[in-house]
Amino acid sequence: MTEEIIIAGFGGQGVLSMGKILAYSGLMQDQEVSWMPSYGPEQRGGTANVTVILSDERISSPVLNSYDTAIVLNQPSLDRFESKVKPGGTLIFDGNGFHKFPTRTDINVYRIDATEYAYANNAAKTMNMIILGGLLKIRPIVLVENVLKGLKKSLPERHHHLLEMNEKAIHIGMDLIKKVN
Amino acid sequence: MNTDKKQNKEEVRLMKGNEAVAHAAIRCGCDGYFGYPITPQSEIMETLMELEPWNTTGMVVLQAESETASINMVYGAAGCGKKAMTSSSSPGISLMQEGISYMAGAELPCVIVNVMRGGPGLGTIQPSQADYFQTVKGGGHGDYKMITLAPASVQEMADYTVMAFDLAFKYRTPTMVLADGVIGQMMEKVVLPPFQPRWTEEEIKQNAPWATLGKTPDRKPNIINSLRMDANDMEELNILLQSRYREIEKKEVLFEEFDCDDAEYLIVAFGISARICQKAVKLAKKEGIKAGLLRPITLYPFPIEVLKKYAEKVKGMLSVEMNAGQMVEDVRLAVNGKVPVEYFGRMGGIVPTPDEVVEALKNKLIK
Repeated sequence: MTEEIIIAGFGGQGVLSMGKILAYSGLMQDQEVSWMPSYGPEQRGGTANVTVILSDERISSPVLNSYDTAIVLNQPSLDRFESKVKPGGTLIFDGNGFHKFPTRTDINVYRIDATEYAYANNAAKTMNMIILGGLLKIRPIVLVENVLKGLKKSLPERHHHLLEMNEKAIHIGMDLIKKVN
Repeated sequence: MNTDKKQNKEEVRLMKGNEAVAHAAIRCGCDGYFGYPITPQSEIMETLMELEPWNTTGMVVLQAESETASINMVYGAAGCGKKAMTSSSSPGISLMQEGISYMAGAELPCVIVNVMRGGPGLGTIQPSQADYFQTVKGGGHGDYKMITLAPASVQEMADYTVMAFDLAFKYRTPTMVLADGVIGQMMEKVVLPPFQPRWTEEEIKQNAPWATLGKTPDRKPNIINSLRMDANDMEELNILLQSRYREIEKKEVLFEEFDCDDAEYLIVAFGISARICQKAVKLAKKEGIKAGLLRPITLYPFPIEVLKKYAEKVKGMLSVEMNAGQMVEDVRLAVNGKVPVEYFGRMGGIVPTPDEVVEALKNKLIK
């Protein structure tokens, strides 16, 4: 199995770290992984994106032009990546701040209002984990226990008290995500 | 070294290519890193500073005032028989060319890592392979060559850093690890190389008998210099260097082949382009095109013989590069008109996608 994912949004939304957590989770279940960030000036305020590939085989190109799953957290990212989802693939968007919504009917479109939830519940820092939870509900590409193992490995010990909060966020995301089409 | 005991040798880690270079440098007994920050390779020095190897192996890590200073610090350290290295990205490597030429002239080993970005000029911080000519044709002045290793994965960033030191000392020549922004910035699984202790003073005397080690009552003093006023002396040095380059060309060529056995069309690509082309080869197969990929690992020495061999078998070759077509010239020289050799690439920091490569293969070769 190979899952090719793009995660895109504004710098600061936790796009790159969400990708990193996915990559670490893949590592925990002995998969091949690649994590390719946009590292340009867009990281500082504009749009940031990261390509994550999880596979049971050796990964060839870390650079892709179509994806099994796209997670888009702002309008420019939706505009850029909606057309790049493979037919039959998955598009997840956070409804906050969108004025044009996905239009494709040959892909599965899901909405998750993670930003709204996070701000209403004073949980802005786990916003990306809520979205990750949503992803895992509909595409269980990694086990939640491996996500937590990966988090434990990638976070310094002084942050380990935050693990519980992150696990909670994953489950919230699983409840929040809704199919649109 | 206490770090040695802590390290589980089989541990698979996830890290960026740049981070892997830093870890590998410490582990292969590097004595000193001298560098100046520039995107997209700053994590090399950042990681070294974080790991504080001066507390464990005794390795020096120093941020110089410029790239020119860095390469000259490497020059000085190498003159003492030390394993010295620097790293930079394209504009910074341009600034180092004088020092590299001097080290080639002084027959000194060192490792230089270039994580290429788009140029010319200050360019962009996005990935590129446009320093191919600069690297393999001698970016500095004079008749010299530099062994060039082109990694295509994070694992190879670590492995080739170690290999580069071995080759540099074997042939007393500056050696380059030529990567690009993608490989530097991406994270993949990596198993780090085993720890080797730094050379002791005794070992330096044995392994680098040419090194300047201060007053040596037991032998004639070594002098390291790249200036030879007498033209006869200078020619003598050139003849020596050239014979060494012929030996390198004979013994050190490295390449990798993918799906080449029944290939009718051969894609030639190095570094990250080779990864993209691996996927392109698979996509082409689905369309019924028999394509294979030859990936030069050493760009100098260039895999001329294997290309000659494929020139007898395939209908055409496509050189895929993130530049305006540089390596394609070497492919054409190797093939010497036997089969058509075309180029496809993107420039200025744009990374080509596998689909684009397949399209180019169809449009330029198959038609």
